[in-house]
Amino acid sequence: MGNVPSAVKHCLSYQQLLREHLWIGDSVAGALDPAQETSQSSGLPEYVKIVEVGPRDGLQNEKVIVPTDTKIEFINQLSQTGLSVIEVTSFVSSRWVPQVAAGATEIAVFGAASESFSKKNINCSIEESMEKFEEVVKSARHMNIPARGYVSCALGCPYEGNITPQKVTEVSKRLYGMGCYEISLGDTIGVGTPGSMKRMLENVMKEIPPSALAVHCHDTYGQALANILVALQMGINVVDSAVSGLGGCPYAKGASGNVATEDLIYMLNGLGLNTGVNLYKVMEAGDFICKAVNKTTNSKVAQASFNA
Amino acid sequence: MATVRNMLSQRLMVLASLRAVSTSCADTFPKQVKIVEVGARDGLQNEKTIVPTPIKIKLIDMLSEAGLPVIEATSFVSPKWVPQMADNAEVLKGIRKFPGISYPVLTPNIKGFQAAVAKKMYSMGCYEISLGDTIGVGTPGVMKDMLSAVMREVPVAALAVHCHDTYGQALANTLMALQMGVSVVDSSVAGLGGCPYAQGASGNLATEDLVYMLSGLGIHTGVNLQKLLEAGAFICQALNRKTCSKVAQATCKL
Repeated sequence: MGNVPSAVKHCLSYQQLLREHLWIGDSVAGALDPAQETSQSSGLPEYVKIVEVGPRDGLQNEKVIVPTDTKIEFINQLSQTGLSVIEVTSFVSSRWVPQVAAGATEIAVFGAASESFSKKNINCSIEESMEKFEEVVKSARHMNIPARGYVSCALGCPYEGNITPQKVTEVSKRLYGMGCYEISLGDTIGVGTPGSMKRMLENVMKEIPPSALAVHCHDTYGQALANILVALQMGINVVDSAVSGLGGCPYAKGASGNVATEDLIYMLNGLGLNTGVNLYKVMEAGDFICKAVNKTTNSKVAQASFNA
Repeated sequence: MATVRNMLSQRLMVLASLRAVSTSCADTFPKQVKIVEVGARDGLQNEKTIVPTPIKIKLIDMLSEAGLPVIEATSFVSPKWVPQMADNAEVLKGIRKFPGISYPVLTPNIKGFQAAVAKKMYSMGCYEISLGDTIGVGTPGVMKDMLSAVMREVPVAALAVHCHDTYGQALANTLMALQMGVSVVDSSVAGLGGCPYAQGASGNLATEDLVYMLSGLGIHTGVNLQKLLEAGAFICQALNRKTCSKVAQATCKL
């Protein structure tokens, strides 16, 4: 493929290049080349926690229903990669007791910064949803079960269009105030760009410390990694992603959805940021699940590496 | 008259051992960014399907109508090495040359590629040096290091970045370059052109996705995204391939 002179093909060993100069081979439990001591002097966080949402957010939006034992195998593979947080499944009901009985050790509640989206997605207004969440979160805290809050449409809404940063702050503050330990700000339809991400975060960070914030960027318009970079530059150190970029965008048929964990790790490794995650193992888990749902990966790193 | 534009392929991984300087977010971006559209040259060159001359001409005309200020039209290289560019003279004669748009032609000297450095190229009279992440391995920290080094020798106004998206890093790398003051970016409509070193991998940054980001940042490009999308749809149909642009995929009604 392409027009590479044969002389170049012979002297450039591509596989060797990957092993020596990239971070794919070096990334055993996130250990990096000592020369990569970049994070301290670079103004970026030292450690970034990746929240893997593939098994839930990803599979939820895939057409193929995956059998339970495949899901279990998939999650088990992800558990071997070093990922410290893996969103496993969802119980979509306001009665959350079954989750606890089933062994859940953490719960999440989903709010939105858009009234229209809230009504269409969870069938109640933002205010009504906050009242319900308050009940859930307070009970969870009583049982020492941490609760994570999600804010959808943080950078735009499929129904309302533009969403003001002030609205995002208002909803995030409510969730944080009721006891959510972390607020994940979601660019649900991927329309955000680095400027709108910065403006939104500046506003939210007036009320909530960056250590309690996460970003959940969708790659529908190819902006996810650029948006994540800006968030990191602003001090955010928790990022949601999905292995293989699982899950399309339900609002734009054919469009892509979550940012691929492999591509995110590639960038974080390159920036010298510690993640604790083994990229090779994530790629293997991604390969496994793509075969199971019969789709090609959305990860560029996987595309480049498995075909090289 | 076609302008000569040489390209330096900077192997970014060579600079991986340099310590990164601060990557704190710049508050100001350039007010305007010049997009150099390389789809008709760099893009088509790396596509398996040979595209007939009239289709190339139509693509370039559509790109001109979209308002792209610089459109790399073709290259003068041996047709033995680059068969896709064998019709270079015909293409140049056949395209509509819009006033205000320049249509540079690539004239690489293979030996020059290996020997030249940015400073040398600049001092020999190149008006612009495009720094290429040829195999897309760069990440924002390394981009910052590389640019810091080059900017000690060449003024930033004379620099452009040419990021490949092989590992999905192109837009993030481009953003970093913009934060450092670079205001010229190479990209390819529909992300045409694969990476010849990794079969199946993607290549160029898609112009549509770049324009989307720049528009969102309030940076002026002079490019009409709708017309650009049309040009992308046209060439993908001609090449019988799917677009690599996420913006195009999102706006496509299946």
